[in-house]
Amino acid sequence: MRAATTRLTAAAAAAAGVLVPAYGYADAIGGAVQKQATNWSAIVMFLIFVLLTLGITFWAARRTKSAKDFYAAGGGITGFQNGLAIAGDYMSAASFLGIAGLVYASGFDGLIYSVGWLVGWPIVLFLIAERLRNLGKYTFADVASYRFQQTPIRTLSACGSLATVTFYLIAQMVGAGKLIQLLFGLDYLVAVIIVGVLMIGYVTFGGMLATTWVQIIKAVMLLSGASFMAFMILAKFGFSPEAMFKAAVELHPKGLAIMSPGALVTDPVSAISLGMALMFGTAGLPHILMRFFTVADAKEARKSVFYATGFIGYFYILTFIIGFGAILMILAPDATGAYPFLTAAPAAGAKAVIANVIGGTNMAAIHTAHAVGGDLFYGFISAVAFATILAVVAGLTLAGASAVSHDLYASVFAKGRANEADEIRVSKITTVAIGILSIVLGIAFENQNVAFMVGLAFVIAASANFPILLMSMFWGKMTTRGAVLGGGLGLISAIVLLVLGPTVWKAVLGNPAAIFPYDNPGLFSITLSFVGIWFFSITDNSAQAQKERKDFEAQYIRSQTGLGAEGASAH
Amino acid sequence: MNQNAQRIVNNPKFQELVAKRSAFAWTLSIAMLVIYFGFILLVAFGKSFLGTPIGSGVTTWGIPVGVFTIVSAFILTGIYVYRANGEFDELNRQILEESK
Repeated sequence: MRAATTRLTAAAAAAAGVLVPAYGYADAIGGAVQKQATNWSAIVMFLIFVLLTLGITFWAARRTKSAKDFYAAGGGITGFQNGLAIAGDYMSAASFLGIAGLVYASGFDGLIYSVGWLVGWPIVLFLIAERLRNLGKYTFADVASYRFQQTPIRTLSACGSLATVTFYLIAQMVGAGKLIQLLFGLDYLVAVIIVGVLMIGYVTFGGMLATTWVQIIKAVMLLSGASFMAFMILAKFGFSPEAMFKAAVELHPKGLAIMSPGALVTDPVSAISLGMALMFGTAGLPHILMRFFTVADAKEARKSVFYATGFIGYFYILTFIIGFGAILMILAPDATGAYPFLTAAPAAGAKAVIANVIGGTNMAAIHTAHAVGGDLFYGFISAVAFATILAVVAGLTLAGASAVSHDLYASVFAKGRANEADEIRVSKITTVAIGILSIVLGIAFENQNVAFMVGLAFVIAASANFPILLMSMFWGKMTTRGAVLGGGLGLISAIVLLVLGPTVWKAVLGNPAAIFPYDNPGLFSITLSFVGIWFFSITDNSAQAQKERKDFEAQYIRSQTGLGAEGASAH
Repeated sequence: MNQNAQRIVNNPKFQELVAKRSAFAWTLSIAMLVIYFGFILLVAFGKSFLGTPIGSGVTTWGIPVGVFTIVSAFILTGIYVYRANGEFDELNRQILEESK
């Protein structure tokens, strides 16, 4: 055990990179992770989850007949269910293990990330959700292209969606492979294939209905598991956070410093850039936007965001407590005086070393589960982590497949003349293709640093998808030319600046210095996109542009009142 | 534009709905932006304030400020949904009714 775990530590600081979101933590997913002894209780619990979700997929498959069923679960999901599903779609293994690990290592800094991941939600509600629901059918491109030329806008939106989905998916697949190696003792290859095959199964057979229920079940499992952990941790301190913090400060090598912000955010440009990318990226994620078409009307869409914000905010508060719990469980000796979660016990009188945690800091939450709930609960939390990844990748795959079938195939290629059956068939074929592609990419990127990819997905969503969507709904003078050039500028500048910045140019490509100085290009690429949309629209005086401006009023009325909006289907 | 839409545009209630709801949505959006970017700027420039213990304990001001930011997101969405699903939807219902 000791030899194995020492090997594990050295290598598995690796998973750290991919699990901690966004920038500045891109340094770690280098080498291979050694697999752990097969964890049978986790495997059994995961199998129960798989059987349950496959049962649901079977049930969903029989109810999924029309395109509306496939893309939007027939529009019959309630606001509460959708809120849970959104939370299930959004709370990734990255937020659970990554943020708890960050709190374990640095304390307060973890909270900064949690806040960033949450604050996009109110903006989604105030500015996006109800208009999106009133105007759209299956994808956000329905809304972005509402009164514009279909071919260019749909193509650009589909590119934005596919880029977001692909980068997000690669990060999830590599993270899944490494995590499952650690938790279950399965081979990386086996883990990646299991994830790929299950997600193909859920999406092709059960469509949005199955995906929704997988996400709901996962959200409930994750929220209840995390609640139990936070409860057990706080109970040890008589439910006094002060007592918990005090004990943590005494144990942690950084002492009082864990109670205040560290070096995470230093200059204002990076701070605002990261903030903008997280906030507006949330409002431009295709798999999240798609969820608003699963409810009956704008009223339910609003409720969904309210519940989702509550669940996600609650969850982030829990991860903060769990991170502190990890400090208390991992760095302190157990009843027998041993340190079961460290590779080396601290010397007498010295404090334990943070980095000595078995499996790396991302395992902090998992060890805490072991300490507070024993072997069975440890298995449960491992299964939850696996389920979490599955729910997220299923949502991503469905969003990618609809961008291809609904936007590219039905609107661009078939010019709106495709029949429903063909569209669904294309969607299912694409799902299989995306599934296979993500397995291949997961294998290809096994030993690459992919941590920046989640950040990239957010920056693209914030710089391409979000500006087009927001401006198309709010600004009557926008034209096709403005949308395509502005959105295109946002998409390209986000990718180029990120590649030239320190996260990729220096950390991944190994160049001595970055060409672009900031980790996060959000401030620049988002601004460029908005300015581009504005400039290329106001200078557009073509007949087509005049017509598009005239059509805004009808769009505006529908977006405000829901007149003529898509309803729920009969069943 | 069809007849229903024309009636909606001409209905003063529609103007009222749009004006009220937009003002409300933008006010809350700005409130959220101010809270969040205020928090981020405090993290960047007010480290000493956030790191100051409250009273004689170890809990710093950073903890309630961070938790407040999270809770405020939830409360703001709650306020919006309460008014939009009540008052605004009722107005909207009347507008759609009168446009028939």
